[in-house]
Amino acid sequence: MAMDDTVRNSILAAVPSLRAFAISLCGNVDRADDLVQETMLRAIANIDSFQPGTNMSAWLFTILRNHFRSEYRKRRREVEDSDGHYADSLKSQPEQHGHIEFAEFRKALGFLPADQREALILVGASGFSYEEAANICGCAVGTIKSRVNRARTRLAEMLNVNGADDFGPDEQTRAVMAGGGE
Amino acid sequence: METPAAHGKKSDVKPAKLGREVQARLGQQLRAMYDDVLNQGVPDRFADLIKRLDANGNKDKQ
Repeated sequence: MAMDDTVRNSILAAVPSLRAFAISLCGNVDRADDLVQETMLRAIANIDSFQPGTNMSAWLFTILRNHFRSEYRKRRREVEDSDGHYADSLKSQPEQHGHIEFAEFRKALGFLPADQREALILVGASGFSYEEAANICGCAVGTIKSRVNRARTRLAEMLNVNGADDFGPDEQTRAVMAGGGE
Repeated sequence: METPAAHGKKSDVKPAKLGREVQARLGQQLRAMYDDVLNQGVPDRFADLIKRLDANGNKDKQ
């Protein structure tokens, strides 16, 4: 099957956001890139089931999300990928930004239950509406809303930010200076 | 006829609400992490993949 130009360009244009989504979901760049590649192959193989005029990006996110979920279940059975291992793998990543805060955020995100993590990322970073996120995850809009709320609350607990004071200007200045100095 | 549900007011019990500053800050960190990957653009691996698939597609057509 020859690829339509529009389809090819839309898929290619979605790659950066698919990668950002995949990396946020699984916390591992190599695994994320495999997820993206598989998503592209599945999308092209099933392009007939895409309805022209609808949101191509949301369609691709749905494929990636479903693939990640089934892989995740398989992996859990195969390697008992405990949260401890997951946290260790995040810790061993080089700190490109020099922001300790940033690494801690990634780690905390990895500790969230998968359904809360995906909801938070779709709404809070990918820019989907609650309705679109609900379609992607195959659940009700209200479910997405409560997952996002719970995700935020748990992140705040894990990162120990309960009030504005924790993120005062001093903290931010220190983070910037620590990042710039090294 | 009135349905009982029409009268049922949502309970006013709110879950612990995060301050706006905290929410904004969490949002910023999430976006920073996300945008960091977005800014990497399309790695060669994926551009090559599309090219390869395209070439196969054209071969099939002939």
